[in-house]
Amino acid sequence: MSLEYFRIDDRLIHGQVVVGWGQPCSLGFVVLVDETVVASDWEKELYRMGVPPEMELYFESVESAAARMPTFRADERAGLLLTGDIATMSALVAKVPGISTVTLGGIHHHQGRTPRLRYVFLTPDEEGQLRALADSGVRVIAQDVPNAHPIALEEVLAGDGTG
Amino acid sequence: MTTNSARAIVAGHGTFAAGLISAVDQITGLGAQFVGLSNTGFGAGAIEDQVRALIAQTGASVVFTDLPAGSCTMAVRRIAKVGPAITLVTGVTLPTLLAFALGADAEESLARGKEAMMLFEAPRVP
Repeated sequence: MSLEYFRIDDRLIHGQVVVGWGQPCSLGFVVLVDETVVASDWEKELYRMGVPPEMELYFESVESAAARMPTFRADERAGLLLTGDIATMSALVAKVPGISTVTLGGIHHHQGRTPRLRYVFLTPDEEGQLRALADSGVRVIAQDVPNAHPIALEEVLAGDGTG
Repeated sequence: MTTNSARAIVAGHGTFAAGLISAVDQITGLGAQFVGLSNTGFGAGAIEDQVRALIAQTGASVVFTDLPAGSCTMAVRRIAKVGPAITLVTGVTLPTLLAFALGADAEESLARGKEAMMLFEAPRVP
């Protein structure tokens, strides 16, 4: 099992993660990497209350997630690592060798972003960050729920928001 | 200033809210007591903005959401932390909303919703 999924999702812990992926993939733990959340007891409690008791939730900064990666990878349970933005995931990938696939799970509408899929909106800068991630050898795909077809980055970037 | 007579907001995934409100209206004619919100296509901040706008528009102090871990639930909890006094009921069902539409408060509605959940097991084949 181990840490199998690396997901970018601006909603962080929410229904798709806890139920949509959590139940069919039997997730035993989620690693939430977010500098704001890790610094706030209230934020941590908010997200902790959203997960079922059988799912362990770890709050990490990029630094601490990188440091604990061997432990997460050695975990026998299935795990999912979550960041709220591309920059955080890119920073983690730069520190942690061997992250093979990053999944875009939800980057929603915001000023300056162009719709690429129903659930992926990107600024030109974010598109550049994703291309850099792919150029570094990481497979970047979009997939909101487990039974959806994974969409390759080039197809995502060519999208008009209707896919 | 409020511009709507809705007593509560129903928020959730997809067309969950619209479906539940439609069902309440079909059964009781009281669907106008609720205003619905879908999180589809919105990030966390935008959902929070939408809920805030609906609270301001309606004056509603009760919000029903679909999932404890859902983004609508998270948004309401963030709003309630710093803003108006909001009662949040999550895991809402049709019987819960029906009870509320017919005059129960949030706590009683929740109890009615729980009571209405039943299991009718299939008979065992000998």
